[in-house]
Amino acid sequence: MAALEDRWVSSFSFLLFCAVSIPILGSASLVQELSPHEYFSGLQANKASLAYFSRTVSPGVQLFLEQIENSVEALHDYGISVVKVKCPKEDVSRYCGKENALRKAYLFRGNVLIREFPTDALFDVNSIVANVLFALLFHEVKYVETLTDLQNIENALKGKSNMVFAYVPATGTAEHRAVMEVAFVYGTVHQFVLTTEATLLKDAGSNDPDVSSAQLLFCHCQQATDLAQPCRRTPLEHDLTVLNIHRHLKLMGAPLVTEVAEDPEKVSTVHLQLGLPLVFILSQKETYEADRRTAEFLAWKLLGKAGVAILSRDVVDLNILRRSNIALKTPDEGVPIKYLVLEDTEEVITLVEDKSKVKQIQENEDEDEEDEDEKENDDQDVQDDQVVEAVSRDKKRELPLDQILTLTEETFHSAMLEAAQTVVLFYASWEAVSLVVLQSYTEVADHLKGTQGILLSRVNCWDWPGVCTMENVTQFPTIKIYKKGEQPITYNGMLGTEELTSFIMLSQVSCPLKLATIDEAERYLSGELPSELSSYQHSLVLGVFSTATSKGEEAFTEAGSILSGHVTTGIYFEDDVLALSHKYAVSPPALLLARSSSQSVEGISLSKQSAQDIVQMIRYELLDVFPEITVQNLPHYLQLRKPFLIFFSDGDIGQIESKEMLKLAKGRSQQAFVSCWLNLKNTPVGRGVLKAYFATIPSLPALVWVNLHAGGQVFKFPSEQSITEMNILSWLEKLKAGLEIPSSTLSEEDWKPPLPAYNFLQMMEAAGPEFTLHTSSHQEDRREQQQLEGSEEKATVREEPIEEARVKAEKAQGPGRDLRGTAPRLAGREKQARRHSEL
Amino acid sequence: MARGLFLRLVLSALCAAGAAAFLYHDYCVLGAGPAGLQAAYFLQRAGRDYVVFERSHAPGSFFAIYPRHRKLISINKRHTGKSNSEFNLRHDWNSLLSHEPRLLFRRYSRQFFPHADAMVRYLEDFAAMLGLRIRYDTAIVHVTLEKDPRAWNGHYFVLSDQNRQSYKCSCLLVATGTWVPNVVNFPGSEYVEGYETVSTNPEDFAGQTVLILGRGNSAFETAENILGVTNFIHMVSRSRVRLSWATHYVGDLRAINNGLLDTYQLKSLDGLLEGDLEDLAIVKDKKGKLHITLRFYLENRNTSAGIDGITLPQDELDNFATRAPYDRVIRCLGWKFDFSIYNRMMPGRGNKSKYPQIKPSYESRGTRGLFVLGTASHSVDFRKSAGGFIHGFRYTTRAVHRLLENRHHGVPWPSAVYPITQLTNSIIKRVNEASGLYQMFSVLADIILLRENATAFEYLEEYPVGILAELETQTGRKAPAGLFVVIMEYGRNFSGDDKDVFYYNRAVGEAQHAWQSNFLHPVIYYYKRLPTEREMRLHPPDWPLPRPDAIHHIVEDFLTDWTAPNAHILPLRRFLENCLSTDLRNFFAESCFLFALTRQKLPPFCQQGYARMQGLTGSERLRRHAVEAGLLEDYAVTDFSGDKLPDSRQGSHDQLLRDHVIPLRPLHHLVNAKDEF
Repeated sequence: MAALEDRWVSSFSFLLFCAVSIPILGSASLVQELSPHEYFSGLQANKASLAYFSRTVSPGVQLFLEQIENSVEALHDYGISVVKVKCPKEDVSRYCGKENALRKAYLFRGNVLIREFPTDALFDVNSIVANVLFALLFHEVKYVETLTDLQNIENALKGKSNMVFAYVPATGTAEHRAVMEVAFVYGTVHQFVLTTEATLLKDAGSNDPDVSSAQLLFCHCQQATDLAQPCRRTPLEHDLTVLNIHRHLKLMGAPLVTEVAEDPEKVSTVHLQLGLPLVFILSQKETYEADRRTAEFLAWKLLGKAGVAILSRDVVDLNILRRSNIALKTPDEGVPIKYLVLEDTEEVITLVEDKSKVKQIQENEDEDEEDEDEKENDDQDVQDDQVVEAVSRDKKRELPLDQILTLTEETFHSAMLEAAQTVVLFYASWEAVSLVVLQSYTEVADHLKGTQGILLSRVNCWDWPGVCTMENVTQFPTIKIYKKGEQPITYNGMLGTEELTSFIMLSQVSCPLKLATIDEAERYLSGELPSELSSYQHSLVLGVFSTATSKGEEAFTEAGSILSGHVTTGIYFEDDVLALSHKYAVSPPALLLARSSSQSVEGISLSKQSAQDIVQMIRYELLDVFPEITVQNLPHYLQLRKPFLIFFSDGDIGQIESKEMLKLAKGRSQQAFVSCWLNLKNTPVGRGVLKAYFATIPSLPALVWVNLHAGGQVFKFPSEQSITEMNILSWLEKLKAGLEIPSSTLSEEDWKPPLPAYNFLQMMEAAGPEFTLHTSSHQEDRREQQQLEGSEEKATVREEPIEEARVKAEKAQGPGRDLRGTAPRLAGREKQARRHSEL
Repeated sequence: MARGLFLRLVLSALCAAGAAAFLYHDYCVLGAGPAGLQAAYFLQRAGRDYVVFERSHAPGSFFAIYPRHRKLISINKRHTGKSNSEFNLRHDWNSLLSHEPRLLFRRYSRQFFPHADAMVRYLEDFAAMLGLRIRYDTAIVHVTLEKDPRAWNGHYFVLSDQNRQSYKCSCLLVATGTWVPNVVNFPGSEYVEGYETVSTNPEDFAGQTVLILGRGNSAFETAENILGVTNFIHMVSRSRVRLSWATHYVGDLRAINNGLLDTYQLKSLDGLLEGDLEDLAIVKDKKGKLHITLRFYLENRNTSAGIDGITLPQDELDNFATRAPYDRVIRCLGWKFDFSIYNRMMPGRGNKSKYPQIKPSYESRGTRGLFVLGTASHSVDFRKSAGGFIHGFRYTTRAVHRLLENRHHGVPWPSAVYPITQLTNSIIKRVNEASGLYQMFSVLADIILLRENATAFEYLEEYPVGILAELETQTGRKAPAGLFVVIMEYGRNFSGDDKDVFYYNRAVGEAQHAWQSNFLHPVIYYYKRLPTEREMRLHPPDWPLPRPDAIHHIVEDFLTDWTAPNAHILPLRRFLENCLSTDLRNFFAESCFLFALTRQKLPPFCQQGYARMQGLTGSERLRRHAVEAGLLEDYAVTDFSGDKLPDSRQGSHDQLLRDHVIPLRPLHHLVNAKDEF
């Protein structure tokens, strides 16, 4: 076993050496040139050599010669020498005599001819290395053409050793070479089987294999016992390169499940070394057998993607949640192990696959490391603002703006006199958020089509800055509602179609509405008054004041106008107010509240004095006790700055849960936290929230406690407990007592710049002193400055030769992007070099 | 304010007592030309006590005579394809600033290069329509200082006019322009006609040979007028001709008058010469022809011999260039400031003394409270920017007014405070429409003062960058947490009198090479703290500002439209983000919702919008675009993909394995075991 290990290590380093040496081939001519006599007399037994016989160099073989020269070093790594044999003119021997023999290359082992290659089969380094190794490794790499051949080999191997089955669309390709190079090392460990027959892939079980790309499968035949079944197979899911294949074989060779008896933080396996995650199954004596089976099952599922280890908690003392059953260790240094509570093996698989997807993307990026500068710039160039990008993707579509009046500096003032109510959207046509709102605005226009007395209009402040300044529009977009003879109201709600439509509708009514009779008040409370809104569902507030104590009436009036557009307010200020207050069991001054969502009228006595306080109070009272949280209403509840107890439900909330939750919400703890529920059907982004909390989506429904504003801990209510007020309350007690361990903690990271900016200051310095913006121009001051700033100065003056900077700058200007330049630039860019030297 | 009021009370008391025979005003403006009227306009709007003195009977008397050939070379672009009035001022070089849309120059002339009479009419209307307080026919002949510790600046300005009437002012704004013709004295200069008086009738030059001294716009304007009727024209000056399209300085030779360059280079007899006019001498022969010789020869001549005794250069060098005699010699050497009335309180600029010496704040170096406006203030940006011309000094005059409002009336520089989310927008808006930044490039700059924690900023428009160090005292605004300076610049080494401005690849298109932009483009300097006066003093002379902590160039644009989301706005946002160390992206409400529930902090856009119930919902269509761009996750869809395999290739592999699919087994026993423990 130890010897095998050694071989593994050495073979790996050898492979690495090969891989590294490939790109630096073909400097000077390394082909030996010998005469036929010298060549044949010098051949050593067991040493392979590739010989090419030539008399004169004909132009046709020039290319071949170049390729041969390029492959000298690669072949040398496998102990194969390359020789060019110069045939004397008069030579008529076997290799020199015949004209067509001169169009071939010959592979000898010792003095035995193994194979002759037509020169056109050796068209590049890949084909030369692949074909030569293929010929030499005749036994190690079996070539098969039929399924029967494959099955025969497979059956013969069962219980003995594993098989590596490779499909390449053609021989002589880079993939073929990679397989051969790996076979050179692993040929004695595994049986290699190669085919170019696409049908074999199909016959092996695939309905629609991608026959255009090479594929490699590791067949676990060593453990196979059932002769009737083909061996279990693990495909290589990456491109066929020496490193990838080597990595794959190494992973296949690793133990299926690693037994761990130490701190998981200290554990390192082949998987982690190869950049794959390691999944720990946290086990204990009692369940060990079952856990072992689960681990093996998982290991097979994750083979090649992640390692699986089984850790007995009886052996290692872990300070983690008792419920945790899975741990995930990523290869990235410094990332702590994540302990999870998962219920299904599928969740583990999703978890790992999500991780590896990200990883793969990162790897792809790493491959381009040579062009790092360019890469970095490309990223910087890529729009990462979702709003701006969405708008630019939509810019070619013409918006249906015919419902919206376009105003100019000249027409603005006259237009304000036309309708009872004119809505004006002030925007800038170049600004993304403005354009988003403009789209919603067209939808509003659609909703309000035909509504009397409402005129929708817009002013493009990029065209008419004067009118925007005059109307005190300082940022874009701004929506204002102008009513004849009144101060315009600025809209400050959500910039969405429904919210804006509702605001415009409700703004039609000047609030608070003065109600003169009990009958009017009743009709107002039932939504019949004002008639403009009778068909429109809305929340309303009625202020009930007695004529005896006019206290608060003024403040309420002011509050009503502040809330105008959001809530309709009415005021009842008559002598017979007591009739009303008796009916709703309040004593004036009081508020009667009817929410849009319910029929009932609530009475609240009014103790607040100032308008702002009344506004606050009405806003607070209008909040639901157990709301369904949505994208639109969350901010209202966030403002309470309390922890959230969220019931996540896929679809409508169940009746029992709803009842229990409502009981809880109405209970004495109401003041302490916001209890709400989230319907994932209405608010799919809730899934994103759950993923952030638990890495995967837990089984639903799920009840979650989030300390949003204090610490950010997230706790999940045990799913096996039923959702009852009592259970929840006792769980909350446990939370409070610190007896539960949070599932996760919300990041308190600041929002940093997503990507760096161009460092023009540095670029200018790199271009030369002429462009360097020094702190001062005088020598003495600079010296002084240097003494002052010391190291900083040194750091900024990065010595990059001008030439290099120039070349870099040019390189960075990839072709095919000319259209982004300006017209003079279109004239031609070939003089770039000159231009820089002129500068 | 209180001080001003008090002063006025004292003064009126004095007047009432009859002790003083002078009239007092807080502000005295000298000259009712464009700059004087512009200053008067701002003073009037601010409700200040001011008066304008004009020696002529009407405003703009300079334009009643000059340019002699009556064609203004300042452009009057009536159409730009845009209705943005601020933007359009970028291409209207004649209008003064006012709130009155009728006072736009395009209403006064249809010509691209308007007739000078239109300017005279315009200035008359400007003064009349706005009701500016001007004392016509009042020539100030003498200005003195009267020390008084109670005065704003420690002294009053005492002005006396041609009728010995005295006026007293706290602040003197000199807007008299440059109107004293530059003359050179050399032997025979008495034969030289001046641009001021030379005939403008081409017929008077028919068949004549003309020598013009000077190579500025007036020289070429004179030549252009008579080019077709003269035998030939020669033009002499000390330095080579500077073409404004090469130097990007509008005071250099404009293409409109350069017909002589054409005929010179095509060898159509006209020509251009360089030589020092001080060395020149002109002698008249008996036939009245004028010969060019050198002062040197005259000094050594035989006095008795008359014209025949004078050595002419061609006597020694028989192919001397200007050996042909001339019929006329015309001097077109421009103007200088009239220093005569200030009693040495206003030193000239160096020994050339064309302009008075002033600070970058436009205040005289010698006398506090004395400001120079208009053409005479051009020393600040001579040969650099447009401060010597209407389209430049209308903005610098406004800047001076704002400085004075702060200094004397406690009215801080106008500014607006915005949330940080508006930072990118504010800059983009200004660089795309602001005319003051555009015309007074490298001189006036917008200043963005950051508030603590960078959650908000204060925006100041068109502040003279030369006095950046004094910003806090000059504007009454505070710069506690760093600042941005938004300025417009031409590329380094692009402009110059022998630069080829048409070389290949003169324009940069890639945002990442924006620092190499050549044409006028916005540049943003970031300073963590206000530069000190020392740093300002020592900064390299060819840079407008000292070294910043970071700099950003918005790549030049062929259309000067810097609103491209990826090429202009995105790099700017990245720059601002990195200076402020925050994330300035916009987010749809849905993203803010996710952040609000999954992170303890919100990005500024969500913080200042969504969290205040002003989230950006966005239409379904736009959200879909964002999803397609990979910038927004669609949870409604990805939910199902967990069951599916991510790609087809993996699918094919999986098919290979189909015989080995083992049904999933739940981990429940694991879960339960843990809980019982």
